[in-house]
Amino acid sequence: MNSRRFLPLLPALTLLAMLGPVVAGLWGTLMPAFGHLPAAGLTGPSLDPFRDLFDWAGLPRAMLLSVSTGLLATSISLLIVMLVTAGWSGTRPFRVLERLLSPLLSVPHAAAAFGLAFLIAPSGWLSRLLSPGVTGWDRPPDLLIVQDTWGLTMTAGLIVKEVPFLLLITLAALGQADAKRSVTVAQALGYGRVTGWLKTVFPRVYAQIRPPIYVVLAYSMSVVDVAVILGPNTPPSLSVQIVKLMSDPDLAMRLEGAAAALVQLGLVIGALVFWRLGEVVAGRLGRRWVASGARGRFDPVVAEVALLAGVASALAVLLGLVVLTIWSFAGFWGFPDALPDQFTWRNWMRFGPGTLEALGETALIAVTVAMVALILTIGCLEAEYRYGLSFSARAVWLLYLPLLIPQTAFLPGLQTLMLNVGADVGRLPVMLAHLVFVLPYVFLSLADPFRAWDTRMGTIATALRASPNGVLWRVRLPMLLRPILTALAVGLAVSVGQYLATLLIGGGRVATLTTEAVALASGSDRRAIGVYGLMQTGAALVPFTLALLIPALVWRNRKGLRHG
Amino acid sequence: MKHLAVLAALLAPVPALADIDPSNWDAVKAEAEGQTVFWNAWGGSTTTNDFIAWVGERVAEDYGVTLEHVKLTDTADAVTRVLSEKQAGEDDDGAIDMIWINGANFAAMKEADLLFGPYAEQLPNWALVDTEGKSVQTDFTVPTEGYESPWAMAQVVFDYDTADLAEPLGSMQEILEWTAANPGRFTYPQPPDFLGTTFLKQVLVDILPDASVLAVPATDENYDIVTEPLWAYLDALTPNLWREGKAYPATGTAMFPLIADGELDLSISFSPGAASTAIANNELPPTVRTFVLDKGTIGNASFVAIPYNSGSKAGAMVVANFLMSPEAQARAQDPNILGYGTVLDMDALSDEDRAMFDALDLGVATLSPAELGTVQAEPHPSWMIRIADDWMTRYGVAQ
Repeated sequence: MNSRRFLPLLPALTLLAMLGPVVAGLWGTLMPAFGHLPAAGLTGPSLDPFRDLFDWAGLPRAMLLSVSTGLLATSISLLIVMLVTAGWSGTRPFRVLERLLSPLLSVPHAAAAFGLAFLIAPSGWLSRLLSPGVTGWDRPPDLLIVQDTWGLTMTAGLIVKEVPFLLLITLAALGQADAKRSVTVAQALGYGRVTGWLKTVFPRVYAQIRPPIYVVLAYSMSVVDVAVILGPNTPPSLSVQIVKLMSDPDLAMRLEGAAAALVQLGLVIGALVFWRLGEVVAGRLGRRWVASGARGRFDPVVAEVALLAGVASALAVLLGLVVLTIWSFAGFWGFPDALPDQFTWRNWMRFGPGTLEALGETALIAVTVAMVALILTIGCLEAEYRYGLSFSARAVWLLYLPLLIPQTAFLPGLQTLMLNVGADVGRLPVMLAHLVFVLPYVFLSLADPFRAWDTRMGTIATALRASPNGVLWRVRLPMLLRPILTALAVGLAVSVGQYLATLLIGGGRVATLTTEAVALASGSDRRAIGVYGLMQTGAALVPFTLALLIPALVWRNRKGLRHG
Repeated sequence: MKHLAVLAALLAPVPALADIDPSNWDAVKAEAEGQTVFWNAWGGSTTTNDFIAWVGERVAEDYGVTLEHVKLTDTADAVTRVLSEKQAGEDDDGAIDMIWINGANFAAMKEADLLFGPYAEQLPNWALVDTEGKSVQTDFTVPTEGYESPWAMAQVVFDYDTADLAEPLGSMQEILEWTAANPGRFTYPQPPDFLGTTFLKQVLVDILPDASVLAVPATDENYDIVTEPLWAYLDALTPNLWREGKAYPATGTAMFPLIADGELDLSISFSPGAASTAIANNELPPTVRTFVLDKGTIGNASFVAIPYNSGSKAGAMVVANFLMSPEAQARAQDPNILGYGTVLDMDALSDEDRAMFDALDLGVATLSPAELGTVQAEPHPSWMIRIADDWMTRYGVAQ
């Protein structure tokens, strides 16, 4: 195929793949939110669904929970990542954290949340290790830690997962930010490590990692699985309430659910606007701070605290994995024993075969979807570069839509669409549905590094008689190997973690590790959760490991291409 | 040869559009062979999952039916699915062929014409079912009219750890007094979980001097008066619940780890044999036993239903019939497997089949049918719906 004719079509095709389903799904939400659901014998328009929603006594708290967990989780994880990078990048502790990154990232949200719960609950591993010796407890204390009313444990559960994600994105961006030399210059001028980094590198890094931050914010506000495991239930966060309303046997409740979904959408948009305003304010204050010339007296303390927070969040996930492993092998394990009475293969014999089957399905879907997403993304970006087809600002926002709209809001509509076009339930529609979510993540991960590539390299290569395709294949893609593999790994992880899309679009006939694990979760069988959580983690571990290992191997003798 | 095969495929009879007649069992069996049945059932219990996998092996052997267990977190997901399909005009081959359904979802689906039937009472094994002594023809007081077939009996029992609570408690009032003396050691799943709402119903049935008012639909006039003692009871109970009632377990099985860790001494269950099964699986300590209240406890049957748009109705009926077979029922009642009560009438069985049941060791924590005592009837669903809503307003949005 002549790339000259094909390439310019790719951006349109990509947008269609992402937006068609979203627009249709939104339509499917909008109608019932205003009282129109012919299948339930209801015709609108009416405002009753909103009236019912506002009558719910738990609504203010549910909305507050959604906003507070989203803003807290995003700002705290961003703060930790920026300060740790500022204070420690290039040092030994940082390299250790970097090496821990792939295992940390690969733990799916649900598995990390279970690990955290198994760790810090009153009957959790920490309490067992300290009891009865230190605490004097021979029974778990009656403390509200998990599912606390303010959602703090749920926020913590999000932070421990968003810190590695933001760190990975930051590392990918560092390669384009010329950080090392900037900090060297700043330090030569007498600035502390952290202050020098924040004043010179941070603005450039932030500009590159801004889209993923918005995604983290929107995701944290509308997360379902972590909220179900760690979040409060009296009332739950708004997104959990939406799932509950949408699955109520009383069909009329779906109207209220649709209304709640629109409210959730409004909250997410509001929070993003709020964050954007915060950026402007921070930018103003930051410029004043830069101009003030403060050299950073407290830098060492700040760096220590940040490292402590970073290590704690890493340990929470890793120890969570350890405790998942112990549970997966546990016989009877009473409180306050530090370890089970006996270790047994019984749990793995019982659940292992099921996990293997689900693993095959998971891998097939994830690899296909992530590869398609990667090809479309590179095609779009290359078309944009060659033909000056840059997205307008508005078009870029369209790209975010699938990530900013709560899944619960448009997935049922998406399901109807697929049935209407004659696509039967099964693996292929699930892949298409996953693509809606995977594409933006892959695009967001790759777009900025791709665009930030120094185009003079292309000019030089062209001067050496390389064709446009030659520049792409022999110069650009190899130089961008690291962000490309990162994007691919993110795509795989996103696909592995999809729950609602798999369940609804697959009609329950497509069983992935995530749908199986979440189905088990409601029964709280800690042994089964241990087995499935570890298998889920494994499914995402390999790609992330490769995303870090391959560039290091390929570029073992190309120091300038590694990063920084 | 290839062309012949294509031709044969083209000439093969088109699947009849009309639904198959359940009373023509030979035709049902013939059509079922080779069909795949997607059974949507709650997937939160690993023992149930193992049992369903076994059912799959057996129906494949005997009838050539492939059974796929679609594991749900919430049965309502299946209702959502069938509804969406109806909306989209998918009337012939929906994604779901069979649902393990509860009373509220059954009432909703039956009313919305989303179910196939009547079929249940035409199944051959229906003759063995105990229609006299067991509530297999009503589901939460709603007549089943053959639109769902029973496969297990459930009855409320209380699981307690004899290491911490020596004697069974005889009434809801005693449970209230015990929690006041032992705060934080009892809880129930959060309504609208079915076991949570069952607990609320159990409270009401036990503390009302005359529970017969619950058999008919609630009215605006009598609802407040009848339920007033329930709210007074819960107001007194809640501060002494686990976590002071600020958090509740999601489901019944979610309370097993809490008992195993010693957080709870007492919990409610809707499956008399589940505690014995959980002990066998290391999920509960061996000191756990069960009791029922002096006045008896609420009981009902578990059912399966077939959506109107299933493409494998014959296969689904074969599975539903197999679930009522003595072989499957005896296996389900074995506490090492599942520990569910049987729906069969022991007197209707052959000696050989009855021997299978007699040989079962029901397990250390399981009460005998005699000890289970009187089965109280489920209240009409209108009570449960209003009570669950009110519970949500009063306790589900605790500040």
